[in-house]
Amino acid sequence: MGVTGVMRPGHAQIRVLNLEEDAKFYREVLGLVETGRDAQDRVYFKAWDERDHHSLILRQSDKAGIDFFGFKVDSAATLDKLEGDLNAYGVKTERVPAGELLATGERVRFEVPTGHVIELYADKKDVGNGLPYSNPAPWCPQAEKGIAPTRMDHALLGGGDLDGARDIFINVLGFYLTEEVVAEDGKTQIAVWLSCSNKTHDIAFVRAPENGKLHHVSYWIETWERVLRAADIMSMNNVPVDIGPTRHGITRGATIYAFDRSGNRFETFSGGYISYPDMHKLTWPVEHLPEGLDYAQRKLHETFLTVFS
Amino acid sequence: MTDVQLAAAQNVVVTIAETGETYRCRTDESLLTGMYRLGKRGIPVGCRGGGCSVCKVQITAGAYAQMRPMSREYVSDDDLAQGRVLACCVRPLEEVTVAVIGKLNKCVTRSGT
Repeated sequence: MGVTGVMRPGHAQIRVLNLEEDAKFYREVLGLVETGRDAQDRVYFKAWDERDHHSLILRQSDKAGIDFFGFKVDSAATLDKLEGDLNAYGVKTERVPAGELLATGERVRFEVPTGHVIELYADKKDVGNGLPYSNPAPWCPQAEKGIAPTRMDHALLGGGDLDGARDIFINVLGFYLTEEVVAEDGKTQIAVWLSCSNKTHDIAFVRAPENGKLHHVSYWIETWERVLRAADIMSMNNVPVDIGPTRHGITRGATIYAFDRSGNRFETFSGGYISYPDMHKLTWPVEHLPEGLDYAQRKLHETFLTVFS
Repeated sequence: MTDVQLAAAQNVVVTIAETGETYRCRTDESLLTGMYRLGKRGIPVGCRGGGCSVCKVQITAGAYAQMRPMSREYVSDDDLAQGRVLACCVRPLEEVTVAVIGKLNKCVTRSGT
């Protein structure tokens, strides 16, 4: 079996400035399925084709941004092993009890040097995608509601010590580097794309002036045509669009960057290529960032390196 | 926004102090929306949701009202008292002048160097 250890991104907890306005946005415009609310008034969502209970949690706050980003691992034994490996590498961890997030088992939580809180967990309740496990139809009505991505795909996080965060993901958690943007010195990485799977990235980091910043949470869409449909839906709903629709040179994915009602960037993303750990990394010298970011327009979008929540 | 409020919306002149650029902004739209809807420049355009701070301005003259919550990571009580606000979250009530204090800061070198 190929995908072992850390399997995939599992959840992002995002801070919003007006909970009901953003809950409505994620439910009706992005088209996620609301799956629960907890005693802390957090609102839980999943994309229609995800089977686990949630992949996005919204929390009311007076500051926008991201509280934590979590990955699902393949077993409780792996969770224990990775916690030990993190500790041996000098990364302090803490255990968050099962049930602190709805339908979720115990989580191992730690901070990476970019100031982000990362979590690992092995258990989250399978609530299904609305289709039976025997003889399922290919989609259900929820697949047509709003933008309707099929899954939460990855996040791009911003902070100062990109090198330190990258090393933990590569040296301890088993990720590999797929692509990088490199500064004029030919060495310093300005951004890195890291995979724990066959995806071009499961998490990415960009060097940012402040720590703990959210660049975007990305949602997967099946086709470029549906990315264009997402653009229509964004415009119909006055969603502030940052970049796109276009195609990234980096990862080759079709994309739109846009913002939720609290200024947290999200991406609707499609395509890319299948990646393997033995493949040579792809390098984008920073003078080619314009086409790395927006291959169609070859345009340097200054907001890519400057706008975070 | 009710129809009555929409009908009552007026256009007022907004001046960007640094450049002298002016534009007509509706009293029911944010200072930032009014600017970029007309293709004007001067205030950096970021998230447009109160979350990122690149559109932070100092209102140096004129009355304004807050339309949306602003991330308090970037707008302190002192900022609010002094008229330092996010242009995407406030609307003009009359002719206003703003000084741009938001920045498009980026970090393309190694941390600490």
